[in-house]
Amino acid sequence: MATAPNAATHDVELPGAEPVVEVRGLRMRYGSTDVLHGVDLRLYRGEVLALLGPNGAGKTTTIEILEGFRQRSAGEVRVLGIDPDLGDEGWRARLGIVLQSWRDHGKWLVRELLDHLGRYYRPYGTPDRARPYDSDELLALVGLTEQAESRISTLSGGQRRRLDVAIGLVGRPELLFLDEPTVGFDPHARRELHDLVHRLTDLEETTILLTTHDLDEAEKLADRIVILAAGRIVAEGTAPELSRQFARRSEVRFSRDGGQYVHATEDATRYVRELFAQYGDAIGDLEVRRASLEDVYMALVRELESGQRTEAPSELTGVTV
Amino acid sequence: MSRGMTAVRAGFQRGRVEVRQIVTSADVLGWLWPSILAMIVLYVLSDRTVPGTRFSLGSQSVAGFLGVNMLYTGMLGLSVALTVEREDGTLLRMKATPNGMLGYLVGKVVGQTGLTVVFLLVILAPSAYLFDGLELRGASSWLMLTGVLVLGLIATLPLGAILGSLFSSVQGLSIVPLAIMGLTAISGVFYPITALPIWLQWIGQMLPLYWLGLGMRAALLPDEMAVVEIGGSWRHLEMVAALGAWAVFGFVAAPVVLRRMARRQSGSRVMPPSRPGRAAPDVGRQRT
Repeated sequence: MATAPNAATHDVELPGAEPVVEVRGLRMRYGSTDVLHGVDLRLYRGEVLALLGPNGAGKTTTIEILEGFRQRSAGEVRVLGIDPDLGDEGWRARLGIVLQSWRDHGKWLVRELLDHLGRYYRPYGTPDRARPYDSDELLALVGLTEQAESRISTLSGGQRRRLDVAIGLVGRPELLFLDEPTVGFDPHARRELHDLVHRLTDLEETTILLTTHDLDEAEKLADRIVILAAGRIVAEGTAPELSRQFARRSEVRFSRDGGQYVHATEDATRYVRELFAQYGDAIGDLEVRRASLEDVYMALVRELESGQRTEAPSELTGVTV
Repeated sequence: MSRGMTAVRAGFQRGRVEVRQIVTSADVLGWLWPSILAMIVLYVLSDRTVPGTRFSLGSQSVAGFLGVNMLYTGMLGLSVALTVEREDGTLLRMKATPNGMLGYLVGKVVGQTGLTVVFLLVILAPSAYLFDGLELRGASSWLMLTGVLVLGLIATLPLGAILGSLFSSVQGLSIVPLAIMGLTAISGVFYPITALPIWLQWIGQMLPLYWLGLGMRAALLPDEMAVVEIGGSWRHLEMVAALGAWAVFGFVAAPVVLRRMARRQSGSRVMPPSRPGRAAPDVGRQRT
């Protein structure tokens, strides 16, 4: 398991400040099928939030609604204080967008495209937020300095994705959307992109909303995780918080008088204390294992993908925050 | 400088970059081979004469062919680019950029115009040597040529934008070049339109291709060649009126169609790169 990100390293504003993203009761319906059933979401300045869920959970639909690329069916949405359906070009200039799959501008050279796209942001610069980013600085940040004069179609998958992130950043966005940043990556490219996202969070006031179907990725990158399943938010919190929420049942294994025992319990500490009180030294090979967040999440994904479930499971809805 | 103006200037840069990308790569052959093929055929035909005259049929046709070429490079090129770039995410990228759609459209118009001019000159230069009777010396020829080019692009580029927005895939769009090829037959490009039945002549005159060809012939052929045209004249006024009508139609309809297309852009409509083991994203229906 990955270690949880240290939230203290980022400058996360406390709740109470104006959220960068605020979503209430978001619903989306395609024809007669509901894909989002009332999603609530808040994202604060400087925060990295992962929208985690299996394929088809509604993550991309949610993020596209926030980006202003899709009109919602119902609900209140504010991104940087503005309804995305009404967002103008000035609003757009404050966003950075990295979608799932780009293969555009293949004939352009890397720096040429970055320079070109940066031009559009120039009139939107402010004294405290110069726009656009310097292309060379940005290429160095994403590790593409050597490819600056390469044709984009010649980049590897990982390089292309890092260019996409660079383009997402070129307007020095206040809010960056990353939709499934590492899908289709080999472990090395994945690691590089994770490192890049960590570097971004150190940059001044870049709030990041990312989607992923990979718990490990969410734990590595995000300050806070929101789990979306079948169009509903089923859990929300930091990785340790989620672990505590889910890890109610633990397995206690031990041996006594040559026999092996396994006991499942909600309160392992108490059970073990009683165990020792009763049997003392007779207890050996003690092992306490908490059901991990991953165990619970994987069970959820398996059930949703095998089609056994179309709704969120009760053990998760029970802990909805 | 206003924000829109910044995007317009970025669009001009975009157009220049894209012209350079094509003319400095092997792509240029993909654009030029139909013209090269046509020139060879026309050269073979240069011994035959336009009926009722002693003027070379090849020379007469090469002038009209420049009109066809304009339609292929400008209108068809724009519609193919729009369709391809909608599928590969270019349009969405520009939509995600402030004033990006404006810059994109300016870039496309500048780029296709640039390519049309470059290819016109590339075909015209050898033609002047290969085909007898083309009049390229007078200032009036160049003036007329420029006028037909400008008016022709104004009339046909919006049509290209409309076609590119309406067809959902490049495969669907492939009927357009076939249609142009078919319409060439009734547009008097390779043979005087006056040889056709009257009703076909009327259909031919409804379409911009006939007027582009006529304009090019008026610019490049000796005046006496007007005798084989309808009414025995180059009919400049009618040409301006007909192309002008197409331009008005295009400029009214194109923004509506383009806006509808741009609104429908979203991530799920972008085709994923062909990566093994990856399912296509779900394409949801959208409220429009």
